[in-house]
Amino acid sequence: MADTIRLKIFRFDPETDRKPRYDVFEIPCQPGLTVLEALFYILEKVDPSIAFRYSCRGAICGSCAMYINGSYRLACGTQCSAFKGKEIVINPLPHLQVIKDLVVDMEPFFAKYQSIRPYLINHHEPLEKERLQSPEERKRLDEMIDCILCAACYSSCPSVWMDPKYKGPAALLKATRFDVDSRDEGTNERMPVLDNEDGLWRCHTIFNCVDACPKKINVTEAIQTSKRTALRKKLRLT
Amino acid sequence: MIYHEVIVVGGGLSGLRAAIGASEKADTALLSQVYPVRSHSGAAQGGVNASLANHPESSDDSWEKHAFDTVKGSDYLADQDAVEIMTKEAPLRVYELEHWGCPFSRFEDGMIAQRPFGGAGYPRTCYCADKTGHVMLHTMYEQAVKRGVKVYNEWVVVSLVIEDGVCRGVIAMNLVTGRLEAFQAEAVIFATGGYGRVYGNSTNAVINTGSGMAAAYHAGVGLKDMEFVQFHPTTLFGTNILITEGARGEGAYLVNNKGRRFMEDYAPSLMELAPRDIVSRSITTEINEGRGFENAYVHLDLRHLGAQKIMERLPGIRDIAIDFAGVDPIEKPIPVQPGAHYSMGGIDCNADCATEVKGFFAAGECSCVSVHGANRLGGNSLLETIVFGKRAGDAALKYLESVVGRKTGAKVIESALEKTQARIKRLIEGTGDEDLSAVREEMKSVMFEDVGIFRQESRMKYAVEKIKELQERYRRGGIKYKGKKFNLDLLWNLELEGMLDVAEVIAKGALARQESRGSHSRIGLTERDDANWLKHTVAHYTPDGPEFSFKEVSITQWQPQARAY
Repeated sequence: MADTIRLKIFRFDPETDRKPRYDVFEIPCQPGLTVLEALFYILEKVDPSIAFRYSCRGAICGSCAMYINGSYRLACGTQCSAFKGKEIVINPLPHLQVIKDLVVDMEPFFAKYQSIRPYLINHHEPLEKERLQSPEERKRLDEMIDCILCAACYSSCPSVWMDPKYKGPAALLKATRFDVDSRDEGTNERMPVLDNEDGLWRCHTIFNCVDACPKKINVTEAIQTSKRTALRKKLRLT
Repeated sequence: MIYHEVIVVGGGLSGLRAAIGASEKADTALLSQVYPVRSHSGAAQGGVNASLANHPESSDDSWEKHAFDTVKGSDYLADQDAVEIMTKEAPLRVYELEHWGCPFSRFEDGMIAQRPFGGAGYPRTCYCADKTGHVMLHTMYEQAVKRGVKVYNEWVVVSLVIEDGVCRGVIAMNLVTGRLEAFQAEAVIFATGGYGRVYGNSTNAVINTGSGMAAAYHAGVGLKDMEFVQFHPTTLFGTNILITEGARGEGAYLVNNKGRRFMEDYAPSLMELAPRDIVSRSITTEINEGRGFENAYVHLDLRHLGAQKIMERLPGIRDIAIDFAGVDPIEKPIPVQPGAHYSMGGIDCNADCATEVKGFFAAGECSCVSVHGANRLGGNSLLETIVFGKRAGDAALKYLESVVGRKTGAKVIESALEKTQARIKRLIEGTGDEDLSAVREEMKSVMFEDVGIFRQESRMKYAVEKIKELQERYRRGGIKYKGKKFNLDLLWNLELEGMLDVAEVIAKGALARQESRGSHSRIGLTERDDANWLKHTVAHYTPDGPEFSFKEVSITQWQPQARAY
């Protein structure tokens, strides 16, 4: 007889349900079973009405960020055995609009990402070959380019909770990623979007985003890098 | 009805590149089942091939050498004119991505870093650590955002609409609302990815169900060379998550339970960097003959590379091994086994991505140009996406110029919408109680076991019969969840129908091809047979199963030779 595991899962369809509820499922737990695989099991064998997002199941696509036993996690990158037989409570990403069950509305998150001009800006005619970039210059992008836009940081950020217009950690991280890129010349163009109360300055260095990030990116530090750039510009130091 | 001049289906690298190109001159929209950055392109790790000649050992590399390696790797089934186009355009597309901000790793002199890869005579695989697909996908998405490409997120294309050999549009379902909608277009580009999930032990994302191929096939478009399925040699034992060929490119060893680098017995010159079909067969032989571990895997040993190189060049692999297998490759070898990985076959199209249907184009893994023939080289799939994604966008624009009038065929699309609505209503109202999860599992298992790395006639015949049985059981299945929003029960049901038909084409194609070539390795017919089988297989849908015809292989400058490494 295989071991079993109990999952307590948030269920809500705002169009049909008056209020959310939790459903409890007890399913077989083989070694190596991830929370995402447990959700697949429930979908196929127990309750076909359950809704959640998925794609790569290898912690690279960012689809399945959820709030699992009080932590921001990718369901696919979380072993059920990590909870040592305790009940696993699964909630959708907090503070985002629930569409159904574990599926939240990602549109505001992506709209903010798009608003910061999340692309390399360079005003020179492209060369015939690559632009040169030293390994040291390239190294400054490490970690920041690991972002998978899962929105765990965004969901965890009290400034996002309080200010619906705040760009949020992921968008600001992306802006910094380009700001520190030796090939980018877009700092001045991005700055009006960043240097205001709904941008960089709404970050109060609470560091929730750092704890939440499944890719272990130091998002808060990246935001402070852009704050320093903004300050230098204000003080006309650059 | 929604109208756009060009509709691209699929938000991975090929689809985004096609949409970026088409949107320059035409009203273009992209439909994607997932937010584009969730696409499976992002799981590609090792790199993208282009003869930039940046590596000190590759100063005399050239597109011709890249083309020859590709042709030889394909076991001479690739169309050489198409391979020439891909390898010539490779540096242009890689430089374009660099200009767009793609954070490639760099050599000391500041040029894009390149590493050795399987089946390649030179280190020509450009990379970003072991996250190349991820950074390319994000860069491409950034460019789509910059250009304001219209994206319909979380829309699933259910059918392709064709009228008298001319494409009219697609019928798609909004996953969030459950609403079906007709999309009318002058040109449709499919960039819907592979069918990896038709197989068990797959490296692929769960969304890779071959649904685009199935939709094209059901609409009457031919599928080419579907019997050629790539098994990646090194997937993590247990979950089959990809462990990049780049690990071996950086010098990792494959070791059996005797502690021996067994590739010496199979490919003494290229060793671990032989092409994937050969390495996968070698590993499987080792396991079958009792030299594996737990009769299931061999070791991929990175330890001699040292902690610094592993952390710098292969950090993602290290995370995957730790998170999913509890093994830190700095301290222990990674347990690996071959897994289903890539579809060499796909929607039959030419080097301009054009299919037999006017206005219908295909690019990337869902297509078969063919540039990979019977076996794809590592690093050539990311390359295919950026080269043929662009070519598909260009071809669609060129086609638009030739279209007289606009918005023809509204009636056909409306009737297709009604038919699809009726089909889904039937599914939703059905009371069948067949367990479709069992059908899906049995399909995956029979495909991996019986139409897998080594293929035996009797077992393939069994697979064909089994798939027929599964298709019948599918028809007795129903949808238990009747709601509209995010109905995964309905989505998985729709996908399963297509997967079974794709599986049928693969199995029957494999049974028909009486030779061994590239990834198609038959027990008892171990030789390549150029006299009879140097040709592409094309399958067309009939209610009684696929009808096969054949196409010539284009040979330009490389006559088929024995393939040894």
